[in-house]
Amino acid sequence: MTFVVASPSLSVRGARIAFGDRVVATDLTLEFPGGRTTCLLGRSGVGKTSLLRWLAGLLPGTERLQPLAYMAQRDLLLPWLSILDNVLLGYRLRGDATALKAAEPRARALLGEVGLGDRLGDRPEALSAGMRQRAALARTLCEDRSVVLMDEPFGHLDAVTRLELQDLAARLLAGRTVVMVTHDPLEALRLGHQVRVLAGTPFTVGPPIDPPGPIPRDASDPELLALQGRLIAQLRCTA
Amino acid sequence: MRPLITAIGLLLAWEVLVWVTGVPVYILPPPSRVGVVLVERFDLLMEQAVWTAAEMVLGLILGLVLGAALAVVFAASAGWRRWALPLVIVSQAIPVIAIAPLLVLWLGYGMASKVAMAALVIFFPVVSALYDGLRRTDPGWLDLAHAMDARPRAVLLQIRLPAALPAFASGARIAAAVAPIGAVIGEWVGASAGLGYLMTQSLARGQTPLAFAALFLLCLLGLALYHATDWAGRRLVPWQSPQGE
Repeated sequence: MTFVVASPSLSVRGARIAFGDRVVATDLTLEFPGGRTTCLLGRSGVGKTSLLRWLAGLLPGTERLQPLAYMAQRDLLLPWLSILDNVLLGYRLRGDATALKAAEPRARALLGEVGLGDRLGDRPEALSAGMRQRAALARTLCEDRSVVLMDEPFGHLDAVTRLELQDLAARLLAGRTVVMVTHDPLEALRLGHQVRVLAGTPFTVGPPIDPPGPIPRDASDPELLALQGRLIAQLRCTA
Repeated sequence: MRPLITAIGLLLAWEVLVWVTGVPVYILPPPSRVGVVLVERFDLLMEQAVWTAAEMVLGLILGLVLGAALAVVFAASAGWRRWALPLVIVSQAIPVIAIAPLLVLWLGYGMASKVAMAALVIFFPVVSALYDGLRRTDPGWLDLAHAMDARPRAVLLQIRLPAALPAFASGARIAAAVAPIGAVIGEWVGASAGLGYLMTQSLARGQTPLAFAALFLLCLLGLALYHATDWAGRRLVPWQSPQGE
């Protein structure tokens, strides 16, 4: 397990997010508490991904706020590299041989944690979708950044695999400042210390919802399911 | 199995056609006659085939290296691309058969002019395929690299270039298919050896069956070159297909 010291909070003040002619948000002010997971919930097309890409400095003409790790919906593993080399991709791309060498034991340990300790030398195509997404999670964690942005990281997976990966992610991401975008209310309620609902064009962000209890929360908890019902109703009327 | 049956069927039809119409051998020799010449003049034919094969392979290697280098330069630098891309396109607008005599004039009757000719027809499909491949990197990979603070050189060499290898392999396959054109045109225009040279010589002397035997070997050479390149391409790109749906 990696020890993370006091992950910083992430603040957005009066931001305008647009790409091309499309204005996604104006005068956006938002605070993501440090060391906690914030889930951004909203319907498809509301601009969740744009906000995340804006935070990551991936929209044209934007700078990101601070060093961070980014995990997308697709695993984005490079098919010509082994799983281990994929997990070390950031170190390879930064071209720092010393850091690469130093990070290798960490990469091996992380792959062990996500249950891929015996698949280090395999190419991604030899792995199932769930395994590939676990490798992508290991790659994200191997970057060892205190801020982690995740864009529907488990959206492609079947229900059971998704639940398993949510548990794994909650355990391994503990202590980091995580912003996770999702359109699945249950996922947001299981993983988010705080849940915020995005709605409208340009979107506005609803007040923080703090579900009770530590994460990952039990999906069958009646209180959680009631909250899920309310969230779905809220998402419905914001169409 | 199917191509073999097709080939045998076509050869039989050809044989029968010659036999029925009574075409003179110097116009259209029957395949049996070509086969006899192929055996009788085997030493001469092999000697010329080796020469032409060397021209094709050297031209292919030169064309692949030049084409790949140019594509990488184009992908890495917009300045170079703006200056040199029009030149590359002009080089393809001139019919290769029109510059063949010039290349022979400058580089002589030997192998160099044929290698240059083959390289000239080869490098364009390679440049355009690889450059296209380099431009079409999965944007997800580029985002990931950006978030990782990747150095631009590392992105080019470790992501864009390997991602473009399938495109390069298909460019190389086309290149292998056109390589014989360059070599043979060169030999027709002016040469002292090679299968193309043997064809022009034997046709001028009315030895049509020998010309057909040379043509048959050229066809075999082209096929061998294509399949060798195809095989090498699949070795180079062992993963199934680039990610991204």
